[in-house]
Amino acid sequence: MAKVIELNKSITESNDRDAQQLREELQEKGVLLINLMSSPGSGKTTLLSRTITDMHREVPIAVLEADIESAVDAEHIEALGASALQVHTDGMCHMDAGMTKRGLEGMDLSGIRIAFLENVGNLICPAEFDTGAHKNVMILSIPEGDDKPLKYPLMFSMADVLLITKIDTKQYFNFDMEQCMERVRHLNPKIEIFPVSAETGEGMKAWEDWLRKSLF
Amino acid sequence: MHELGVVFHVIDNVKEVTKEQGINHVEAVTLQLGTVSSVIPAYLQDCWKWAVGREALMKDCALIIEPIEAITFCEDCKEEYDTIRYGKVCPHCGSEHTYLLQGNEFIIKDITV
Repeated sequence: MAKVIELNKSITESNDRDAQQLREELQEKGVLLINLMSSPGSGKTTLLSRTITDMHREVPIAVLEADIESAVDAEHIEALGASALQVHTDGMCHMDAGMTKRGLEGMDLSGIRIAFLENVGNLICPAEFDTGAHKNVMILSIPEGDDKPLKYPLMFSMADVLLITKIDTKQYFNFDMEQCMERVRHLNPKIEIFPVSAETGEGMKAWEDWLRKSLF
Repeated sequence: MHELGVVFHVIDNVKEVTKEQGINHVEAVTLQLGTVSSVIPAYLQDCWKWAVGREALMKDCALIIEPIEAITFCEDCKEEYDTIRYGKVCPHCGSEHTYLLQGNEFIIKDITV
């Protein structure tokens, strides 16, 4: 005889609860978790490499690399002196709070002040799941174009920081910086925007100062 | 985009409940899905068929989807309107000071065992 069991359980709510718990646990340990999101190829790993090289002697950094496959990025990050762990999402397009928590549990976080979660390269799904990060940072690179905020409004509306990367390539692309910033601020008046080049180092200090200011 | 991920979430939740209650087979799961939840029902069904096939507990378990209509509220003229048709801008007064009342839900309503 079939029986119906009422659940009325919201999927997003249970993830939100896990995320909140993770956020509190990490804060107690003094670890600032930053969720880094962008499209594939926007330069997340290059930006992280430069940030680590500039800061890791003064601020110990760990990186959780979420990728559909491969361990290329984690090996590269470890070579720079930060601790890194690669988690494979096995085809999934985003990280949620449970996956982030399990990933971080596999790392030694003692002494770590900043943990970066390098989310899957995708501008849609990662924006919809709270990972438990204290701050959400997104990257838009110059070659992607200044109209990205119009195409992927959700991610721009929920990010705390926007890094406009590869500004050293600006002369080769038709990218209107003013207009792009205006579009982003229209969606999200509180967002902080830092134009940077991880290649030349231009603008990196403002971003790194923001990180220092955000430490627990 | 992330249908497979949400399917895994649903299965995990169902497994938790059935374990607590000592249930060994689930016949059907009913979800309430907002029409702007960004989950596409047809993809969800495809992922579902594949994923439940891996779980003895849920072999051939049906997925029933009940849509929840998306409605937006305008803070300026206090009117409600159809989100899918008009988006963020109020069709009554042109204001952008609007917020979604309902339509992004993703709720496991019940399971049939």
